[in-house]
Amino acid sequence: MMVGEKMEKYWHSVILDNDYCNGCTNCLSRCPTQAIRVIDGKAKIMKERCIDCGECLKICHFHAKGTLSDGLEAIHQFKYKVAIPGISIYGQFPAEYDIEDVFQGIYKLGFDLVYDTAYAADVLTKFQNQLLKEPFIEKPIISTYCPAITRLIQIRYPSLIDNITRLESPMEVAARLVKKQLMEEKGLSFDEIGVFYISQCPATITSIKQPLGLEKSFIDGGISLESIYSKLLKIIVKGERLYPTVQKASGNGVGWGMVGGQSFGLDTEKYLAVDGIEEVIRVLDKMELGKLPEIDFFEGYACVTGCSGGVLNVENPFMAKARIRIKSAELPKYNPNLIDETIKREDLEWDVEMEPRSILKLDSDFKVALSKMSKLEELAQKLPGIDCGACGAPTCRALAEDIVMNRAAITDCLVLGKFNRRRQKKSKTEV
Amino acid sequence: MYRLQRDESDLAMMKAFEVSNEDFSSAGTASSKIKKILRQIGMDAGVIRRIAIATYEAEINVAIHSNGGHIEVYIKSDKVDIYVEDTGPGIADINLAMQKGYSTATKEIRELGFGAGMGLPNMEKCCDDFYIESVVDEYTAIKMTFNL
Repeated sequence: MMVGEKMEKYWHSVILDNDYCNGCTNCLSRCPTQAIRVIDGKAKIMKERCIDCGECLKICHFHAKGTLSDGLEAIHQFKYKVAIPGISIYGQFPAEYDIEDVFQGIYKLGFDLVYDTAYAADVLTKFQNQLLKEPFIEKPIISTYCPAITRLIQIRYPSLIDNITRLESPMEVAARLVKKQLMEEKGLSFDEIGVFYISQCPATITSIKQPLGLEKSFIDGGISLESIYSKLLKIIVKGERLYPTVQKASGNGVGWGMVGGQSFGLDTEKYLAVDGIEEVIRVLDKMELGKLPEIDFFEGYACVTGCSGGVLNVENPFMAKARIRIKSAELPKYNPNLIDETIKREDLEWDVEMEPRSILKLDSDFKVALSKMSKLEELAQKLPGIDCGACGAPTCRALAEDIVMNRAAITDCLVLGKFNRRRQKKSKTEV
Repeated sequence: MYRLQRDESDLAMMKAFEVSNEDFSSAGTASSKIKKILRQIGMDAGVIRRIAIATYEAEINVAIHSNGGHIEVYIKSDKVDIYVEDTGPGIADINLAMQKGYSTATKEIRELGFGAGMGLPNMEKCCDDFYIESVVDEYTAIKMTFNL
């Protein structure tokens, strides 16, 4: 169980089950921060490097990677139980179900209130548009919606941290709005209300436990959609309306469930929406070089198709995206005048600054780091450079780094001896 | 071929990168490798960004205008020296080339989104010390220094 668990320095939702891991190298090369090593025949995740993007979960054929999340029973620790489903839920159920059917079904899982997270996206659209109009703002503005990308920037692109919006993501905004509303309307205390995010991905669950830009999340737990999906299918009754209506987001708010959705609601065409972590890395490289002067707003997603592609979702990402697009077009358009006027921008802003996490450093002392770097370069020259992964590191260069950092030895390279012999043989025949 | 005298005093590490004038799609690889190395050494993020921008512009220049060349990075305890040298047409009027918006790039290269005439001015803006020399029909050589 997760709620109330003691916190480590780096808490991760992505976990590895040793019993299933057979020590293959599929996840090694897939990891965008080179956080995985295979040691003694089992994959290990370097906690300080993991950004919970879930790429390893998607590639693992043995289902050895899993997600730490809350079970439904966790909600009973609270007097008043609230569900805030991730926006991509709009694309997760067959078209024959109205989205309100799904929300009504979630009530039946034991919740006192279900809140439309896509409405929080509408609120954010209003303030993101305000930000875009500010004269001295650093552009392009980078959305915080995908926490894996925000963490990627923290690790790899510290010079872009200033471009991040400093507005919370929709799930956090939804939690803030709903807690405030319940405390005022029902006289409940903060701790009596348990807000649970119905999650599409491990990165969001990690953000609940270890939020970015926040001292403490307003969300009390994260339940994966996958874990409750079949239960929901059984209890949803078409057309049944036993509880207060949930759906109140505009088509634009719903659109946040897929890549490009949040940009669509902005008062600018100068946006860039990128999905898939490898492509995001390419674009951020360009952005860091100042090569995107025409772009005002950037939204990037670790998953292909955006949140619809989240690994804890059930539906095929592209089908889910199509459904969201259709649903989004059916609903009324976003209208800023319909957003609750009492909500202020301060209510949505970060309360702590995000510090760069320079975990890629070889040493905190510059001179020591320099000498380690020279050794690393020397080793990298020596190694075969074929990035086979047999040593347990994703690339030859990563092995060189591990050797310099005393995490591995050059004898871990299985190819080196053979490689040199082959080279010698070749040069002999050449003579 | 070395055109500029190298200053090897206090040298901690040197990295050299070949830049080809043909493989346009790989332009940018040297600067991103340099960026990665500097990040691992733990250099200040702002300095890394300036070096990355300057070396990227240099790399693109060599790829577009020259017959090939190299970039050499000399890392020292208090500064980074970067040498960019190529063989090729050289620059007839350096003062003119240093002006923003001036470019001799062909239409085809402009259509690819390069050759806006910002390369050299950008490089000069990013570094703390900028030196350039060139001989027409022979070479262009640049030294950039970044103080840490």
